[in-house]
Amino acid sequence: MTTKGDGVTDGGGEDTPADAAGAVDAAGAVDAQGGPLVRLDGVSKHYGNVRALEGVTLEVHAGEISCVLGDNGAGKSTLIKIIAGLHRHDAGSFRIEGEETTLGSPREALDRGIATVYQDLAVVPLMPVWRNFFLGSEPTRGKGPFRRLDVPFMRATTHAELRRMGIDLRDVDQPIGTLSGGERQCVAIARAVYFGAKVLVLDEPTAALGVKQSGVVLKYVAAARDAGLGVVLITHNPHHAYLVGDRFVLLKRGVMAGSHTRDEITLDELTRQMAGGSELDDLRHELERAPAPAHLGGRATKSA
Amino acid sequence: MTATAPAPAPAPGADGADGTDERLLGRSPLRKLLGRPELGSVVGAIAVFVFFAFAADSFVRGSSLSTVLYASSTIGIMAVPVALLMIGGEFDLSAGVLVTSSALISSMFSYQMTANVWVGVGVSLLVTLAIGAFNGFMLTRTRLPSFIITLGTYLMLTGMNLGFTQLIDGTVSTKSIADMDGFDSARALFASRFTLGGVGFRITILWWLALVVVATWILLRTRAGNWIFAAGGSRDAARAVGVPVARTKIGLYMGVALGAWIVGQHLLFSYDAVQSGEGVGNELIYIIAAVIGGCLITGGYGSAVGSAIGALIFGMTSKGIVFAEWDPDWFKFFLGAMLLLATLLNAWVRKRAEATA
Ligand SMILES: Nc1ncnc2c1ncn2[C@@H]1O[C@H](COP(=O)(O)OP(=O)(O)O)[C@@H](O)[C@H]1O
Ligand SMILES: [Mg+2]
Repeated sequence: MTTKGDGVTDGGGEDTPADAAGAVDAAGAVDAQGGPLVRLDGVSKHYGNVRALEGVTLEVHAGEISCVLGDNGAGKSTLIKIIAGLHRHDAGSFRIEGEETTLGSPREALDRGIATVYQDLAVVPLMPVWRNFFLGSEPTRGKGPFRRLDVPFMRATTHAELRRMGIDLRDVDQPIGTLSGGERQCVAIARAVYFGAKVLVLDEPTAALGVKQSGVVLKYVAAARDAGLGVVLITHNPHHAYLVGDRFVLLKRGVMAGSHTRDEITLDELTRQMAGGSELDDLRHELERAPAPAHLGGRATKSA
Repeated sequence: MTATAPAPAPAPGADGADGTDERLLGRSPLRKLLGRPELGSVVGAIAVFVFFAFAADSFVRGSSLSTVLYASSTIGIMAVPVALLMIGGEFDLSAGVLVTSSALISSMFSYQMTANVWVGVGVSLLVTLAIGAFNGFMLTRTRLPSFIITLGTYLMLTGMNLGFTQLIDGTVSTKSIADMDGFDSARALFASRFTLGGVGFRITILWWLALVVVATWILLRTRAGNWIFAAGGSRDAARAVGVPVARTKIGLYMGVALGAWIVGQHLLFSYDAVQSGEGVGNELIYIIAAVIGGCLITGGYGSAVGSAIGALIFGMTSKGIVFAEWDPDWFKFFLGAMLLLATLLNAWVRKRAEATA
């Protein structure tokens, strides 16, 4: 009676096909079972003659959080747009569950279980929360010309799913633009989890948020991980990354400046690598005055 | 934007149905009302009605009502799809002349090619829809602003309307098709009258109401409606969650074309010939009706009912001035003042509604 994500095939298809992905030897191939959900190997992306990304390697495992760190313009968004199906990579290999892939549209990525939450375009502000929650995958009932949105189901489910993530909305009819930035991110995350995403990609979910709201969002990121999703968390805040991350990839002007697992690196070292050189002292000074809000998240914290 | 009409009964066995929060029912009726996009226009319509009821005694007669509704309907049939298009975030400046094009195609094809007007009517539907699809296709392909794309179509259609009529009929008006097969049945469908309570009404009023009902159903109760709001509210967010934005916008332009076809056929069959220069400037009136009715000029917000009330305000003002025996020159002034007032009121109402959330 109710369907999830049926029948929407046209993702707009507005991207022009990029050059065929450069073939990379099969050494990186892994069995679908224990291997990474998503694996990028030496991926490059050029915008005209702007080299936005060059030879980037990234693994995303189920139940783990892979963090991508880098300054503004480092190519973080470009990287996730490739994973999300908004752009095609020019070179390198992109595997989903071991299978070489080039995604043509966001819809294709969604159908492969990759859901992306963008910092600024996660939701349509003027639409009610429940319409946003199901946008693009609306359940319907009835046949032929009477095929219609299953509104009671949509409202009830939105309410229930958000409550499961600890957001108790008074009214799922309110425009989602009236929620706080953190709540909007959480709705988008709840939506991805509900629609059975295997991989959740988050572009700077905490960038525009205060400390407390960042903590709330990081809790839901951890909750998604605990639910078994593979998470890609983009941030330029090493503290946020280190609170929840299992793997860290550092980008600098489009190239990889480092790739570590959690046990290989300390927060100090991560911060040092992020900042680098002369900026470091300033930053350390700054960080000493504002210690990491450890109570807000971290490995041990389970969501409500 | 959200439905206040009683929602369909909950699906038996829909899991999670018990998750409905009882506080949802407690949503204050006042806030629900304030949240409606057409609220401002309803207030405006009542004000305009009361104003002309006092200004002109003849305004409240049944026959005047019929005249007002007729004027409103010819605008309203177009204002409905134009409103949907605006909610979807786009404009169509070619909408006014497309009505004339549609009538001309129907008339000329019937006269030149066949003996039956229904063939012309059918060909006109196809060609008009194709022009709408062209607008939408150009928009989604080039990603130029719809203002530019449809300004181009507007100019081209204006030129073609005049040029082809001159070329084929040698004047600015088409030849009469009144004696052709099917004329009477086509007139019955597009330009007849019916009587209700002793007052004669034009059939366009029924077309108008039907379009409002269908458009409201689409907007509030179908996936396409969700996509229209999303495409206009935030195109990139919509696309990112898998909404077929391009397809939605092309469909909206084809909706405008459908409206243009209905009004075009009405024009043709009300008389039996078409003036090739008509329609210029009407596109703005459709947009004004939609804006008065609460459509956001930036997209993502509005309603079909609102556009109908906007069209009604238009009809009442244009005819009310005549009934009050004023100089019709004042009409544009009234329309402009109404537009400003309605837009301000809508903006104010929306802020209030969102601030109390
Ligand atoms: N669509 C685009 N066209 C051209 N250049 C782009 C485009 N998108 C991003 N860039 C460039 O690519 C580089 C990386 O951008 P981006 O991936 O957005 O960085 P980040 O998200 O890390 O801040 C920047 O120099 C940016 O100017
Ligand atoms: Mg970015």
